[in-house]
Amino acid sequence: MSADHHHPQELAPVEARIAAIESVLVEKGILDIDAVDEIVKHFEDNLGPMNGAKVVARAWTDAAYRERLLSDGTAAIKELGFSGPEGDYMVVVENTPQVHNLVVCTLCSCYPWPTLGLPPKWYKAPAYRSRAVREPRKLLAEMGTVIPDGVEIRVWDSSAEARYLVLPMRPDGTNTLTEEQLAGIVTRDSMIGVQRL
Amino acid sequence: MDGVHDLGGLDGFGPVEHKTVEPLFDEDWERRTFRFMVGSLGPLGGNGGMFRHSIERMDPAHYLSSPYYEHWLTGVTTLAVEAGAASVEELERRAGGHFPLSRPDRGVLPGDLTSRTTPRYAVGDRVRVREWHPSGHTRAPRYVQGKCGTIVRIDPAANVSDIEAHGGGFVADPLYSVRFTSRELWGDGGADGETVHVDLFERYLQEA
Repeated sequence: MSADHHHPQELAPVEARIAAIESVLVEKGILDIDAVDEIVKHFEDNLGPMNGAKVVARAWTDAAYRERLLSDGTAAIKELGFSGPEGDYMVVVENTPQVHNLVVCTLCSCYPWPTLGLPPKWYKAPAYRSRAVREPRKLLAEMGTVIPDGVEIRVWDSSAEARYLVLPMRPDGTNTLTEEQLAGIVTRDSMIGVQRL
Repeated sequence: MDGVHDLGGLDGFGPVEHKTVEPLFDEDWERRTFRFMVGSLGPLGGNGGMFRHSIERMDPAHYLSSPYYEHWLTGVTTLAVEAGAASVEELERRAGGHFPLSRPDRGVLPGDLTSRTTPRYAVGDRVRVREWHPSGHTRAPRYVQGKCGTIVRIDPAANVSDIEAHGGGFVADPLYSVRFTSRELWGDGGADGETVHVDLFERYLQEA
């Protein structure tokens, strides 16, 4: 029934399909659009990589915070006010001159919402999910991030509870920047691990 | 299940179509679908495991050829139909055309429903991932089943998705991060200096 390729009807456009199920569930009192719309607005207004960037900048400027972040990511991130769904158990992995970390979800699209927001399209698409665990060095080079042969690449497949945030290395020549200025140079991609700063 | 969603290590998808910046939602139907999932899953009696499995049950060709939020739309609508909250006929009448849903659930509730919270393994232990290829939901990717790795982190015991997804409620199990070398996973096709870490429930593991 469900995946019937010989269905007589033409495929309904995706816009018509979401309108159909939404209207049925609203009429039945199952879906409360107004209440959920507030949640969506929260995602649009308050969540995104600017949050993770604050975490990274704090870790770069406060050695005690960095220690707490690496030993209990969830608690240290919550200190800065970031917590919630898909961030209930956070693990922060630190890049060093010897180790580069890369985060993926091969099974679906797990991603740390409170610190990075909702994942970008490419993170959820088959090319990234299939190749990140198979040929990470080649994949990163293709994406413009060359990791030298002597540097170990550690890939983290978010297959269960942990959501991962990469702590990038602080770039040279940033000694005079304030914590706020440092947060401004931290990118989403550097916290996923597909970019080095 | 060994479904099309279990993508780790598959070849043939080409380069990553990477963008540095993109809008949160490209189109309004995507935002509506996100809102629909967030607002409906709980009231429909669903949970995270059921949600993921509803997407895993999509027709493979549909899964690979549709945009991401169409997965959410198809999966959660399937759960709504299975819960009796909507009928395919009504949905197709309102949508004015075919509304493809996911295939029926072929999964079986795992037999062991015992909650455990005390970890059996320690950091540094060598383990092998059981090879059992269940027909239902699991968080043990195909590419690590049967492979040997090393425990690198012990996480708090957590709810086993395989059980939650098939109506067995909340059953806890110790949880580990297990490190695999690229050579262990991909043999001659792997590379030195690359490791992959996968978070695995204790019930997925045995002594190496």
